[in-house]
Amino acid sequence: MTAIIAPARTTPVRARPAGFVHDTMTVAGRPSRRAPGSEAVIPPVFIAIFFFLVNIATLKNLTEGNIQGFDYTAFQMPTAILLGVTGVSRAPALVLDVQNGYLDRLLLTPIRRLSILVGHLIADVVVAAALTIPILLIGLLLGVRFEAGPLGIVVFVALAAVWSLAFAGFGYAIALKTGNPAAVQSMFMLFFPFLFLTTSYVPRSQLSGWLDTVATFNPVTYLLEGLRSLVFQGWTSDLLAAVIAVVVIGTLSMSLCLAALRSRVNTG
Amino acid sequence: MSAISTRSLTRRFGDFVAVDGVDLEVADGEIYGLLGPNGAGKSTTVRMLCTLLAPTEGQALVAGHDVATEPGQVRLRIGVALQEAALDPKQTGRELLRLQGRLYGLTKTEATNRADELTELIGIGDAIDRPIGAYSGGMKRRLDLATALVHHPEVLFLDEPTTGLDPASRAKVWDEVRRLNQELGMTILLTTQYLEEADLLADRVGIIDGGRLVAQGTPTELKRTVGTDVIVAGIDGDAASARAAVSGLPGVADVEVHGHELVISTSDGSATIGPVAVALHDRSIGVRNLTLRTPTLDDVFLELTGNRMQADDEHFTGDDPTTEHPTSQPTSQATTQSPTQPVSTERPPSTLEEVSR
Repeated sequence: MTAIIAPARTTPVRARPAGFVHDTMTVAGRPSRRAPGSEAVIPPVFIAIFFFLVNIATLKNLTEGNIQGFDYTAFQMPTAILLGVTGVSRAPALVLDVQNGYLDRLLLTPIRRLSILVGHLIADVVVAAALTIPILLIGLLLGVRFEAGPLGIVVFVALAAVWSLAFAGFGYAIALKTGNPAAVQSMFMLFFPFLFLTTSYVPRSQLSGWLDTVATFNPVTYLLEGLRSLVFQGWTSDLLAAVIAVVVIGTLSMSLCLAALRSRVNTG
Repeated sequence: MSAISTRSLTRRFGDFVAVDGVDLEVADGEIYGLLGPNGAGKSTTVRMLCTLLAPTEGQALVAGHDVATEPGQVRLRIGVALQEAALDPKQTGRELLRLQGRLYGLTKTEATNRADELTELIGIGDAIDRPIGAYSGGMKRRLDLATALVHHPEVLFLDEPTTGLDPASRAKVWDEVRRLNQELGMTILLTTQYLEEADLLADRVGIIDGGRLVAQGTPTELKRTVGTDVIVAGIDGDAASARAAVSGLPGVADVEVHGHELVISTSDGSATIGPVAVALHDRSIGVRNLTLRTPTLDDVFLELTGNRMQADDEHFTGDDPTTEHPTSQPTSQATTQSPTQPVSTERPPSTLEEVSR
């Protein structure tokens, strides 16, 4: 009989704590290495670009003809980007990790539990930021210009990516709580309408009735207005409102996420 | 020093008590087998010992650290291969090993070197650079075990390491477990539902049933507690005469006749089987076969729980107490041993630790 692992050279190594940053970046490296081209990235980019171009072709003449000085392409670009980045998440992959036992493998290592979660989230932020680039380039090619300048573009991308993170937190919470891929998908479907119960297609002044009321309480409204302010107006208080909206949603989702992580770690 | 020590370790899930007050001591460098049927509490015990599950009550120390209050210290010192190979099917084997090394704080160079070493030694060839999802069950198990060894753990937990493997793969895993223990001095706690596995591998065995550790000791100690050795003689000739021939021999406690078989109970089979053969020969009784077997762990389990052990699959038959091993040289030591139940000529110490509650 042959031993699986015969006696042979071995590097004298010893396990040791490596610190939160090292742990987090090591975990982040796993999903982000595989992210480009994966099912988590290609469909959102495709869908966002598709609706960006279709919406412009459909509504540009109508809106610009009725609202003087209105640039519908610039108006639509934040919508397209939010459509792309909202729901970009490795939460479904985390469900698979739960199901195939790999999460246990991670939990058995000496890394901090929070690193496992934050590592996934960082990977998502990187992917989301990268995902905004092609839409942004198309917008720039179509003549969109940022009143806030180059720094405004950076803030624009960062805010969209952080929003993606805040929204993804709900998915991670459900993934960790249930370990059920269908539940994660259902969550995204449940929250997706909020992207449309707002100023996705026309300015706030054009909304009426119940939709205007819903938009008032929908944090996505303030996020979109903040992003658009960077394009149309430069640096205004709309940006602060957008940041507050993202922080509120992010705080809520991350709280749920951490509670779910604690629950899973404690119950095994 | 104990590598693993538990006191009244308990885990409840609602009203269900999965592990019920287990007291366990596993010495440094020991292979300890936790034997029990499905649902006995083996995996729950392991999950508590390797910090995946918090105990409801009691205390557990692994490598000198409390699993509840110092889980990080425990994790640095243990390697774990769970019942289901915990692998990412989209990673390649090499990526997994490198990542595992990094997660244990190894430098990139160390992690790469260890991955290369384990890649070289794991024996799955070029497959190491293919996605794990394409691996066979045996390859996954070997990679999983290698992954648990990346950081040279002091204590290795193997949760049913051979369940679902073919006999050849099982034998390889057993060889590797022995090597890790003998050459590296690694303490190993393995759970199994296979009697033969516990008997062959473990220095000591704990029998767990219904969440309770009902007995522990060396396999020999455990088996000695439930009865005597048994010599089975297949004979040609007069059974009554044969019975008379052996009944008075020293060490023979009882003789029963079943057709052309004598079933001889004795307190020391290895010492008695020779005189039995000689006595039958002296009475000119032909001996077709002569078999000595000791009680099995299944007999122990039956004695303690009232039930027979039943493994999930049907691969194992080696510990079947009804299996005979014909011999042509009954007085030879080699011929008095069942392949699965080695017979010692030494009387084992009666130090069985009964922990039935």
